[in-house]
Amino acid sequence: MTSPTLSPASSTAPASSTVPATPSRRRRRGRDEEGRQVNWWLTALLAVCALTVLVPLYFTVVTALKTPDQLGGSGFELPTSVHLQNFADAWNLTNFPRALMNTALITVGAVLLTLATNAMVAYAIARNMHRKLFKGIYFYLVSAIFVPFPIIMLPVVKQTSLLGLDNQGGLILLYTVFGLSTNTLFFTAFIRSIPVELEEAALLDGASTWTVFTKIVFPLLSPMLATVGILTCVWAWNDFLLPLVVLSDPAAQTLPLANYVFQGQFNTNYTAAFASYLMAMAPLLLVYLFAQRWVISGVMRGSIK
Amino acid sequence: MTTSSTTPARAPRATTSRAAARRRPGTTRISRTFYWMVLPAVLLFFVLHTIPVLNGVFFSMTNYAGYGEWDFTWFTNYVNLFKDDQVLNAYAFTFGFALVSTVLVNVIALAIAIGLNSRIKFRTGLRGIFFIPNILSILVIGYVFNYLFSNSLPEIASRLGIDALSTSILANPDLAWVGIVILAVWQAAAFNIIIYLAGLQTIPGELYEAASLDGASTWRKFTSITFPLIGPFFTINMVLSLKNFLQVFDHIMALTAGGPGTSTQSVSLLIYRGGFQGGEYAYQTANAVIFLVVIVLISVFQLRVLQRREASF
Repeated sequence: MTSPTLSPASSTAPASSTVPATPSRRRRRGRDEEGRQVNWWLTALLAVCALTVLVPLYFTVVTALKTPDQLGGSGFELPTSVHLQNFADAWNLTNFPRALMNTALITVGAVLLTLATNAMVAYAIARNMHRKLFKGIYFYLVSAIFVPFPIIMLPVVKQTSLLGLDNQGGLILLYTVFGLSTNTLFFTAFIRSIPVELEEAALLDGASTWTVFTKIVFPLLSPMLATVGILTCVWAWNDFLLPLVVLSDPAAQTLPLANYVFQGQFNTNYTAAFASYLMAMAPLLLVYLFAQRWVISGVMRGSIK
Repeated sequence: MTTSSTTPARAPRATTSRAAARRRPGTTRISRTFYWMVLPAVLLFFVLHTIPVLNGVFFSMTNYAGYGEWDFTWFTNYVNLFKDDQVLNAYAFTFGFALVSTVLVNVIALAIAIGLNSRIKFRTGLRGIFFIPNILSILVIGYVFNYLFSNSLPEIASRLGIDALSTSILANPDLAWVGIVILAVWQAAAFNIIIYLAGLQTIPGELYEAASLDGASTWRKFTSITFPLIGPFFTINMVLSLKNFLQVFDHIMALTAGGPGTSTQSVSLLIYRGGFQGGEYAYQTANAVIFLVVIVLISVFQLRVLQRREASF
């Protein structure tokens, strides 16, 4: 698969443009971050486009703050009074604390287990690509990217309930294993760009392969660990289909699943429903608000390597 | 295999690497660690991913309902699939939806990425906003869109006197798919913008300066510099978008649940419904096997065509 990995241009990228502008950089009026003349028309156009992203979020917030009789009209009007009861209702109706704990547990577990294992697998593959067996394993794992989930959906449900994996722990394992395909692709490309000489020197000094991996290679992987961590986090937090089919106990419900069940039961209680949507989206939005630059540069790095 | 450090793949390399390999002490022991590193993961992957696939292929040749007894019916399921209107409609809808969404999302994402990469103010802030949809749950934000489409939009349209839109588009069998496309494009553009932006930043600025000196127009710069040089990024976005859109599920659950009637029933939704609720376990696994073949064929075809295009520049 020729991913952007093979792009010859990626290695010649000017360092200044891939690194977000530092806040300390001097900015003059009418100049952009690189000191060029600003195109204000384009800035305005993009700002209008950005509104399409913000409008549904604005709508969610104002609706969550309204009383049911303030609904109606186009719905974009600001609430006349702030009505926080919606959040209390949603909190109880969706059993929000339980769903939040489940989602957090599954997400944190999936990210940690993925980072701890997937990099190791990719390291063994990357350093042994000249061996037929490892090359075979590489293609075996990576080709699964093209296997659509519906084909494993029905059998995997039977299998997880048979193996006692129809719970939060099982989901953590499934995310880690299913993520292996893409993550092997990411990590292997990254590891192969690390010169092998450092590891050879350590081996000559008597270090074991395991020590070389944990003490030398793993720390060097931190940029790619961030990328994979971000992508896994977003995936596990927001996924709906896998929890829907795998989890059997209602007490294990994740946030999207709780909202799905809630939608089916109380489909006329719009204000409480919107409060519930907002509470489901808020945790990741808050994290993103503070880690925005880091998240975006992490995703960009994943696409270049 | 464990000891041979000069396999054919390595042989053409410079002699220094072969010398380094010879210097390396205890190759066998090292290899064993490497085996232990991959073995558990590959075993788990086989058990949790490959066995379900094989299991699906196996049961697709039976009449298993998901419970109880079953017999081999061989290719009956596959033959029946091609005569089933519901299945054919699901494929038609899924392909139409995926094609429209893939084209739209790539055009829009590329346009916005080029905008973000040019001389604008507030670049980091705007980039941050455009990425937000990617971190939201499709199902949850889909419910918000559901309300917008079925309550706010008709209200605004009737106030403006647009009769065609004064009822919910999601309740209209001919228009419901538009709502799903809007949600899908809105959500997927976020990720594609960032990939295109990463691609655009790999293009050296000197190329544009040289082109400007030669008097090239903006459009000419786009067709002769930008588009060819982000070729690999275009390929990956096209392939991944189409593959993801073909598996559309959350969007539909949030907006229409397959309705009105079955006008927006995607293949994934059909497999889920028939397999879990309709007692069609074997039949829908056969459907899934066909779906697998279709997706692999399309992806390979796309990669071939798009990579040839990349190479021709």
